[in-house]
Amino acid sequence: MAARSMFEKVWDDHVVGDGLLFIDLHLVHEVTSPQAFDGLRLAGRRVRRPDRTLATADHNVPTGRNQPDQLSQAQLDALSRNCEEFGVPLYGLGHRRQGIVHVIGPELGVTQPGMTIVCGDSHTSTHGAFGALAFGIGTSEVEHVLATQTLPQSRPQTMLISYQGSLGVGCTAKDLILGTIAQIGTDGASGHAVEYHGEAIAALSMEGRMTVANMSIEAGARAGMIAPDDTTFAYMEGRPGVPADFAAAVDRWRGLASDEGATFDATVVVDVPALAPQVSWGTNPGQVAPITGAVPEPADESDERALTYMDLRPGMPMSEIAVDRVFLGSCTNARIEDLRAAAEIVRGRRVASTVRAMVVPGSVMVKAQAEREGLDEVFKAAGFDWRGAGCSMCLGMNPDILAPGERCASTSNRNFEGRQGRGGRTHLLSPAMAAAAAVTGRLTDVRELV
Amino acid sequence: MKPVTVVSGKVAALDRANVDTDQIIPKQFLKRVERSGFGEFLFWDWFRQPGFPLNRIEFHGAPILAAGRNFGSGSSREHAPWALQDYGYEAIVAPSFSDIFYSNCTKIGLLPVELPEADVRELIDRAPEPATIDLAAQTVTLPSGRASHFEIDAEIKERLLNGWDEIALTENRVAEIERYETTRERVGPDTLTL
Repeated sequence: MAARSMFEKVWDDHVVGDGLLFIDLHLVHEVTSPQAFDGLRLAGRRVRRPDRTLATADHNVPTGRNQPDQLSQAQLDALSRNCEEFGVPLYGLGHRRQGIVHVIGPELGVTQPGMTIVCGDSHTSTHGAFGALAFGIGTSEVEHVLATQTLPQSRPQTMLISYQGSLGVGCTAKDLILGTIAQIGTDGASGHAVEYHGEAIAALSMEGRMTVANMSIEAGARAGMIAPDDTTFAYMEGRPGVPADFAAAVDRWRGLASDEGATFDATVVVDVPALAPQVSWGTNPGQVAPITGAVPEPADESDERALTYMDLRPGMPMSEIAVDRVFLGSCTNARIEDLRAAAEIVRGRRVASTVRAMVVPGSVMVKAQAEREGLDEVFKAAGFDWRGAGCSMCLGMNPDILAPGERCASTSNRNFEGRQGRGGRTHLLSPAMAAAAAVTGRLTDVRELV
Repeated sequence: MKPVTVVSGKVAALDRANVDTDQIIPKQFLKRVERSGFGEFLFWDWFRQPGFPLNRIEFHGAPILAAGRNFGSGSSREHAPWALQDYGYEAIVAPSFSDIFYSNCTKIGLLPVELPEADVRELIDRAPEPATIDLAAQTVTLPSGRASHFEIDAEIKERLLNGWDEIALTENRVAEIERYETTRERVGPDTLTL
């Protein structure tokens, strides 16, 4: 048989018939599902495979002491009703397993190598960190998967992103992926399923790999995958959803990596040692500069608009940009290792008097783990707000939003205009860099603090 | 879904690249559980900024929107195509689209058309002069009268032309799905017994 890439193996394994793909796991949340369930009801359809469907509430839940507003509560109630009616298991608000959908899938062990995984959320690419083929879908497709457990799909092209060399001190998975998007652009991987490869990727923890795969969509990719290895299997072992015969599963999963000689439609090389910690300066995730650099001269009208919106001047050193808020959270960077990395910087320091900072753990389980390790005390002692689990200020559907003109150092994934609140300004960076910004009150090279 | 065959009329121009779905429909409107009525929230913040092109009176009522490359990037929210369609657009023409947005449009009969940059430029520069999009012929007749060819997946085209319900089409293939489930489906996590 001809050499095949990891993507091709997973794809071939799931083709039901011409252009139709079987879906192994469908993750559901409150915001993109109500209209899909309504569609099922109208047509008298049922959920074909509730055993391969899992729901949680994350996008629109409060993370503080406040109650959801009326519309949000109605949306959460709709999810509960729909799950009850259609027999879909739900980890709703207050459940010990509730959390951001892309955090709980992996931590429950239901995200596994070689699977096809979809969710009505673009950051579904996260699950590709395990060697799954995972991608975001719209509500019509959510309805289609609920009804048939399949999805009509055209086969994407493939792209290999090859990382040469290893990360320097103070640089993380977030810097790898921000640097990559800066290099290829927000549509640089459009139409492609990406495989991330190289020693810098192999050296990452699963949390780090999830950060990389998570932001595949920010480069326009259909999906992003990383070959499963011992790091993957060690992370998975003992989690509730993994196969009873774990060893046999591992043997099968080892065969998923791309064959020697597999070919890709496109290849990109990233020079890893050249990367300093990265921070976005603009209004899309490709507008990124090293913290050691300056706000660039605008290259086009899009850059000019971004500079105006962000209220920045070309030539201004990135490290002189003062921030008002710090957000540590999101499906990109709210896992236990992210919180540990930030706590490491924060420990024994204080949040600057000009800054309001908050930590929103990715799930109830992450929060509990952090509290067992005493990280909550580290953050609280420094002046951080310690919150409940959810998407929170990454997209600002709940009350956690920026005021107009406020500038935020954020570990999330999108710096679009108004993303974190109308008129708010977002700088994307790693958890350690966010922690550094919190204590100094400005964007700061974390390497000065370690 | 209503069949899509020909879209003809005025062109509204939004000469911006990387228009993301957060701009098309900001998050505060995603709390609604209905599928309709999103048009009034389209480009909510941008419509309130001075000089936003789509505020120009001559663009009102246009069935075709021409925009810059990578249109619809970001979130997978289908609320974005819902809002564009509910506002009155029947087709979006751009040099490129984000994958999920493009797919979402095709599910609801909002026609996404990828044209070469120069042809989109002509539409934008001459807007609101009218254009005609013929899906069966896969052509856009530009204001100059020249016809520009566009590519579209054959199955998507067929489904749009006929207004077919995609779920019903797949249900016709239930025997194939059952065969997959009984012979090839991998044992996976059972979410009912976690």
